[in-house]
Amino acid sequence: MRNKYSVFSLIKNALSFHENWQRAWKDPAPKKEYDAVIVGGGGHGLATAYYLAKKHNMNNIAVVEKGWIGGGNTGRNTTIIRSNYLWDASAGLYDHALKIWEGLSQELNYNVMFSQRGVMNLAHNLQDVRDLKRRTHANRLNGIDAVYLSTEEVKKFCPIINTSPDIRYPVLGGTLQRRAGTARHDAVAWGYARGADAMGVDIIQNCEVKGIKRNGDSVEGIETTKGFIKTKKVGVVAAGHSSVIANMAGLRLPLESKPLQALVSEPVKPIIDTVVMSNAVHAYVSQSDKGELVIGAGTDDYVSYTQKGSHQIVEGTLNAILELYPIFSRMRMLRQWGGIVDICPDASPILSKTSIKGLYFNCGWGTGGFKATPGSGDLFAHTIANDEPHKLNAAFNLNRFVSGDLVDEHGAAAVAH
Amino acid sequence: MFLINCPYCGERDQQEFKAGGEAHIERPKQPTELSDDEWAEYLFMRKNIKGVQFERWNHAHGCRKWFNMVRDTSNDEIKAIYKMGEKPPSQ
Repeated sequence: MRNKYSVFSLIKNALSFHENWQRAWKDPAPKKEYDAVIVGGGGHGLATAYYLAKKHNMNNIAVVEKGWIGGGNTGRNTTIIRSNYLWDASAGLYDHALKIWEGLSQELNYNVMFSQRGVMNLAHNLQDVRDLKRRTHANRLNGIDAVYLSTEEVKKFCPIINTSPDIRYPVLGGTLQRRAGTARHDAVAWGYARGADAMGVDIIQNCEVKGIKRNGDSVEGIETTKGFIKTKKVGVVAAGHSSVIANMAGLRLPLESKPLQALVSEPVKPIIDTVVMSNAVHAYVSQSDKGELVIGAGTDDYVSYTQKGSHQIVEGTLNAILELYPIFSRMRMLRQWGGIVDICPDASPILSKTSIKGLYFNCGWGTGGFKATPGSGDLFAHTIANDEPHKLNAAFNLNRFVSGDLVDEHGAAAVAH
Repeated sequence: MFLINCPYCGERDQQEFKAGGEAHIERPKQPTELSDDEWAEYLFMRKNIKGVQFERWNHAHGCRKWFNMVRDTSNDEIKAIYKMGEKPPSQ
C-alpha cells in the first residue's frame, strides 16, 4: 500500500529525522512476460505506463530504462510548458497536455511545482511580428489563451528586457501565453514513477534493450541486459535513441539525433518572474525556484550522441542574452550540459503505430518534448491499449511522411534546428 | 566541437563547417515513376546511426567545397575524409 504524502506524513517523518520514508517505487526484477513493455523511463515513458494502468486497466506492464529514471532529457531540459503552437493538430496536442498539467500535482499526490508564470515570445523583425500575430490569432481560434504585446507592454511585463530601439535586434513586440510556465522536471518523472508503481507497474532500471524479437510482422518480445522479456506490445519512448531501437526492429524513422545544450547560472534573488523566449536571436531564459537563470541554447547541426554540444552555440546564445538583458552581464554560469534530441523534418512529434504489429513509437519531440509529457503519455497509452490513435494524436502518425500531410511547426518550436 | 581536416584547406575548426547530413543518398533517376513510399524513403528516412556514419560536410566559411566524412557519432571521432565522387573507404 502506498502511503499518501501530506502535511501529516511530513510531520511524522520529521520526528524520525526523515529516515523512514517509504520507497517511492520498488526495484523489481523483470518478470518473464508482460502485457506491454515501455522502452524508456523518462517523463513520457513513465506517463505512458501510468495512464495505461490508470485509464486502460493494463497493470501487468513494465517500463525498462537503460540508466536511471528521469536521467535523460527529462532531467536535462529547461522545463518550459506552453501550448501556443500554430496548427490545429498541434494546438490540440499541446493544450491537452497543458490542461493535464493544471491538475497534475493533485492527481499524482506529488508536487510537480507547476508554475503558470506566463511565457513571452519576442519579435525582432517585421516577419517575426507578422508570424507572431498570425500565431496569436490561430491560438485564439483554437481556444488557447494568447495575446499580442506592444514593445511597451513587453517592457511592462518584464522590465529587465532592453527595449531600446538601437540594439542590433530591437524588440518590436511579443506574444504572451499566461497559462504557460514551468514545472520541476525531476518531480514529473518521480511523480509518474511513484503513481505507476502504486498501480503495479514494474519499473526496471539499468536494463538496456538489446534487440526486438519479431515473428513475421508482429512483436514477440525484447532482448535486454536482464534477459528476454516476452510481450506482444512494445511502446518505444527513447527520445534521442529512437533510431537505435528502430534499427533493431528493421524499421526506418525520419529522425536525426543532435545535441541540444542548456546552462544555468549561479543562484541570485528573484529577477525574472516569467519565461522569455526569442526565436530570432535564439535566447530563452527563466529563473528556477533556487534562483538560477535557466538558459536554453540551440542544437548543433550534425548528428551526435555525445551529450555535449559545441562551445560556439552557447556563446551565440549568451551574446543574445546579454544584448537583451544587460543586467546579466556579470552573472557567472555554473553548469552547462547537452541532451540528445530526436528531430523530425517537420518539427512535430510521432505518436504512432508502425508497420510491425504491436510496435509503437513515441518520438521526434526534438527540442520541446517536456511540455507535452502528460498529454503525450495519455495519448500514447490510448494508442497502445486500443491499437488505434486517439483523435488528438491521429495527425502525428508515421505515415504523414509518405502522404505529405506534415505538421510544420518550425516557427513555433522556438529552438532553431 | 572538433577539428576537421578539409581535403582542400587542411585542418580547421568545426565552426567553419556546415554539416550536410547522411552521405550517399542517391537522387532518384526516374522521379516521375517513384511511389509515395519511395519518395518518403528518399526525402525523410535517415539511418541516424549511433556509431560509424557516412556524412557530407561543407567548408562553408572556407573553400565552400563539399566533401565526405566517416565519423563515429558516439564520440565524434573522425575516421576518414574523402572527396566527393571518391569511393567510400571500406570499414
